[in-house]
Amino acid sequence: MAEIRLAGRPPSPPRRHLLAVSDLGREDVERILGTAATLARSLDREVKKLPALRGRLVVNLFYESSTRTLSSFDLAAKRLSADTMSLRSSGSSVDKGESLKDTALTLAAYDPDVIVIRHPCIGAPQVVAGATAAHVVNAGDGKHQHPTQALLDLYTMREALGRLEGLHVAIVGDVLHSRVARSLVEALALVGARTTLVAPPTLLPRGIEALGCATTTDIREIAHADVVYVLRMQHERMLPGAAFVPSLREYTALWGITPDRVRAGQVVMHPGPMNRGVEIDPRVADSGAALVSEQVRAGLVVRMAVLYDLLTSGPVEIVRALEVA
Amino acid sequence: MTLFCRGGARDTLRIEGARVLDPAGGVDGAFDVAIEHGRITRLEPAAEAARGLVLAPAFVDPHVHLRTPGREDEETVASGTAAAAAGGYCAILAMPNTDPVVDCASVLGALIEAARAEAVVPTGFVAAISRGLRGDQLTEMAELAALGAAGFSDDGKPVVSAGLMRRALQYSAVAGRPLALHEEEPTLSRDGQMHEGAVSAELGLAGWPSVAESTMIERDCALAAYEQRSLHIMHVSARESVAAVRAAQARGVAVTAEATPHHLCLTDDAVRTLDTNVKMNPPLRSEDDRQALLDGLRDGTIACVATDHAPHARHEKDVPFEEAPFGVIGLETAFSALYTFLVEPGVLPLELVLERMSAGPAQAFGLPLPRIAEGEVANVVLLDLEARWTVSEEETRSRSVNSWLLGRTLRGAVVKTVADGRVVFAA
Repeated sequence: MAEIRLAGRPPSPPRRHLLAVSDLGREDVERILGTAATLARSLDREVKKLPALRGRLVVNLFYESSTRTLSSFDLAAKRLSADTMSLRSSGSSVDKGESLKDTALTLAAYDPDVIVIRHPCIGAPQVVAGATAAHVVNAGDGKHQHPTQALLDLYTMREALGRLEGLHVAIVGDVLHSRVARSLVEALALVGARTTLVAPPTLLPRGIEALGCATTTDIREIAHADVVYVLRMQHERMLPGAAFVPSLREYTALWGITPDRVRAGQVVMHPGPMNRGVEIDPRVADSGAALVSEQVRAGLVVRMAVLYDLLTSGPVEIVRALEVA
Repeated sequence: MTLFCRGGARDTLRIEGARVLDPAGGVDGAFDVAIEHGRITRLEPAAEAARGLVLAPAFVDPHVHLRTPGREDEETVASGTAAAAAGGYCAILAMPNTDPVVDCASVLGALIEAARAEAVVPTGFVAAISRGLRGDQLTEMAELAALGAAGFSDDGKPVVSAGLMRRALQYSAVAGRPLALHEEEPTLSRDGQMHEGAVSAELGLAGWPSVAESTMIERDCALAAYEQRSLHIMHVSARESVAAVRAAQARGVAVTAEATPHHLCLTDDAVRTLDTNVKMNPPLRSEDDRQALLDGLRDGTIACVATDHAPHARHEKDVPFEEAPFGVIGLETAFSALYTFLVEPGVLPLELVLERMSAGPAQAFGLPLPRIAEGEVANVVLLDLEARWTVSEEETRSRSVNSWLLGRTLRGAVVKTVADGRVVFAA
């Protein structure tokens, strides 16, 4: 089937996926970040579109609400001249009870090159990968992984601080429910950076140290970090009965990122959306130390790089693509 | 009488030169065995031993889900007992969490009739402790026992109310059948998808902590001691649980326990694949927990191996991990899995595995003890320890194929099963 499907096309690299950070080696990360940096140059031009993925189809299959990730993947594919199709769970056959596997099989009939999937359940990207011949990119599965977020965060850190190896990153907040934290801890370990997770004890998953990070409940520990990475406090987890913290007020008092807790020279990052006044003080969010907009911009070029990396043979061709454009 | 099976003429056969191994009966040697009209009539030393062939007491599985009534697409009495026969079993007990629940005489009676018509191997039915498994009102345990219930369990759910648990223990004196418990403190295990530990932290899956099991075991052992009644703890998974059972036994509580082949062979590391066929309740635990289960099996704290054979439709397992139901099948692979992963590598002796699969569960539930001795009704399994076979969907007799062993090659195979004097499986 694969041979028939690809007949008439230039040879593609073998079918690969980006389901988790653990799918990547250090050299993969270096290559993708390098490609992203090259692609960033194209965004400075008047005409920002590249022909690299012309004729390819990227499907965005989003079962959870998302603004920045969906728009970022959609624009990334368009900037590379791919066709895109975006499906959300609401208003689709999913509402009628169709299973993920059947939805994936339906999409497979359109012969997509890449399926980008966000889903509230851990393991959903694996189901799509098993049911289709497309390259699958995980755009967030439950509390598990969000690998392109980790890559864009690495890109942002490297642009801002000039290096990744040896950096010390403090990730602060609701680690228990955060796929961003899980992906980032693994990605930072891969590039030789150090991570400390700072959270209330109820929001630190038991055994998380096995990922290669330190943990603490003391917010003062962030003083030792180069990067303070703030996680969204998930309001929906704070419903009565969940009892992860006694109140948001107490959470903010003990773990909120306020100006007095950020020292000069530190940068502050947040994957968004921010709860101003809860996990991050507006004065910090709006300060020069905050790289939130840089993260969004990095999201575009990193996702372009990921799509490019999956569908072509690597960095040599990216130069050629830019020249052609 | 608590085991039911379709009738038929009993068989006559000879098995020559197999190593006869009946650990509970103290038999170990090469024998020629004659079975006439279903009864073992001769056991004579053999001139020559056939290589790799072992004749042992057939297995007893105290924990099987036949999904009947309600989910006959997943399993029936006929398909489940055919799977049991292929796995070397001469008796199985089916759990009551069906739809409708086995909580009244009419449902139990219909199942007994179904077993009399379809069951390939003698099958017993465990009735519910509470009506509808709701945990608030006892079933009519005496009537159900009189009709033929093999025991009582709310399997799939814990008996959350300590008060109801106490009443069930008290009332089991009238019913005269054992209570088998699924131990899970639900406010601790809430939403849990897998064992709480490093792997759940890595995957982001909600953790089901091991203490959620042991705290309930400790509670129920305390109640059993107070009421001076006996208990059976199902699918023990964690170190703390083994310790709790061991401590209770040491202070004289009449408590038995079982462990499943998957908990004995696998750890939560397997969940990294996000394969829904390794999602079970209780979940696969850490290597430390697995070692504690093996120790418990060795010293007899855990007297039984039970499969917790839990068939699920393919489309229900073909979903993201978090959406998948808990449970795996296991009747056809139990012996070979234990042999491949534990006996061959020298972790457990063959004799111990055979005893825990046969005499242990039979004694815990007061079922006829499979024995290899002259005069006994033949309940025997012939095993070929040299055989290699690959677990495949096509050859699975169960109606469901949710096995963690699909595609794996196993050592040791069941060649023949004789249950209640009838050959119920021949490879």
